[in-house]
Amino acid sequence: MHTFEFIRPADQAAAIAAAAQSKTAQQGADVRFLGGGTTLIDLMKLNVETPARLLDINRLPLDKIEVTSDGGVRIGAMVRNADLANHAKVQKDYSVLSQAILQGASAQIRNMATTAGNLLQRTRCVYFRDTAMPCNKREPGTGCPAITGSNRTLAVLGTSEHCIATNPSDMCVALAALEATIHIQGPKGSRTVPMGDFHLLPGSTPNRETVLEPGDLITHVTLPAPKKGSKQVYLKLRDRASYEFALASAAVVITTAGGNLNWARIALGGVGTKPWRSPEAEAALAGKPANAANFRKAAEAAMRNAKPQSENKFKSELAKRCLVQALETATKA
Amino acid sequence: MPHDPQPGPSKPTRRKFLLNTGSTAAATVIAACVPADAIGTADQSGSVAATAEAPNIAGAVPITLRINGKARQLRVDPRTTLLDCLRETVALTGTKKGCDHGQCGACTVHVNGRRVLSCLNFAVMHDGEEITTIEGLGTPEAMHPMQAAFVNFDGYQCGYCTSGQIMSAVALLKEPCGPSDADVKEFMSGNICRCGAYANIVAAIQQVRNRA
Repeated sequence: MHTFEFIRPADQAAAIAAAAQSKTAQQGADVRFLGGGTTLIDLMKLNVETPARLLDINRLPLDKIEVTSDGGVRIGAMVRNADLANHAKVQKDYSVLSQAILQGASAQIRNMATTAGNLLQRTRCVYFRDTAMPCNKREPGTGCPAITGSNRTLAVLGTSEHCIATNPSDMCVALAALEATIHIQGPKGSRTVPMGDFHLLPGSTPNRETVLEPGDLITHVTLPAPKKGSKQVYLKLRDRASYEFALASAAVVITTAGGNLNWARIALGGVGTKPWRSPEAEAALAGKPANAANFRKAAEAAMRNAKPQSENKFKSELAKRCLVQALETATKA
Repeated sequence: MPHDPQPGPSKPTRRKFLLNTGSTAAATVIAACVPADAIGTADQSGSVAATAEAPNIAGAVPITLRINGKARQLRVDPRTTLLDCLRETVALTGTKKGCDHGQCGACTVHVNGRRVLSCLNFAVMHDGEEITTIEGLGTPEAMHPMQAAFVNFDGYQCGYCTSGQIMSAVALLKEPCGPSDADVKEFMSGNICRCGAYANIVAAIQQVRNRA
């Protein structure tokens, strides 16, 4: 592992000032915030991340979950995934988030991983993780061997000719369906970014994964007040029953009335280059009778633009069935 | 072993044997991070040679870890994982290195009472914090109930994953785990056993839970 300077900033302002010295907040950043370490330290051991400075923000007071005045919640950036998933209000009002987190990683990793860290979780693409291989995300311009190589687990939505890496997060899929807002404090002040705009499509710059700029510190994630009477399901399909990344997953938040699905928020995981909100599926469901045929139509709409690779043609159908099953479970709940 | 400087049983443990005979090899490994409280002290063990290099470790930082109830003042290279620090610096080798990438659970320890993977933490992150390892749970003479249950139910074969399994199992007792075997399997899924002792591990854990 490359050497680095370990710094524990005294407060948020010091952390932001120190991070602002980095040339980028993206791949190749020479200053990194250190949270739970479950992604970053792993990638530092592989020399995929080689920061010269680590800013340990584990002791910044960003570890609270608070109810906001509008009835939503405000989740501190350093709240551990386990604490978020097991929080009473989250379990009651945002159960899709609790379900998603508890289906990800292991109990040990959930005790370590933070809310902001999970938002910044890196892809598991084997080429990205192997510095002996070309990778446009890790080293722009070197090419994407995944497109003609091992791509069974990779994305079918939001890909480009430069990158087909899957976003691996479960938590982010739930946050997309719950229409979360990301709160960022940076050198120039604070701003908020809707969850749907936080992650970037790879396009021709797959090394840029989020809107974050040098010095930007995620401080909180907020969720709007829960939709009254909503039913929520996170369904994850994977190669083994636990401790495995999704091949396809679906987060659904719906309300029903008189057998009709009058409101739906849908996001998919394991199939997209970013947490994949599907307005197409939502539109296909709104106001329609809650039945298998309409669920299937919504799933077809969600996957209409899927672009399968050599080894992952199965993903389109898997994701469709995953969404249909999640909707059936939610409507029966 | 006639020259064993340690008092106690005439048969040295594997660990003591290696420490006393492998000083050159040990020095190479331990040089990366050494206990500050050992610097300048002379004893007969193989780790002495290593401690002489302590002041020369560029960028080493002083930290204090409370390990199994005892405060340890250490100097560590910031790159030292908590796992390597426990095994190489503090010579607590009960915590095992399996994959070293957060995929197997062999390195599970408790930090401030919660189970974590010691391979995905830097020791410096835990300055001032409470670390519990398998050595802090019980002794061969006075085992933790979970250790005794693993023995009773044969919850291992080669034993390499066992300390991690037991650290996870003890932590599970305080977590919101449902009552069924399936619940236990889900909560234990972060600990891989390549011998496949899973059925006995679940039985051991369930016995401790049902007794509690």
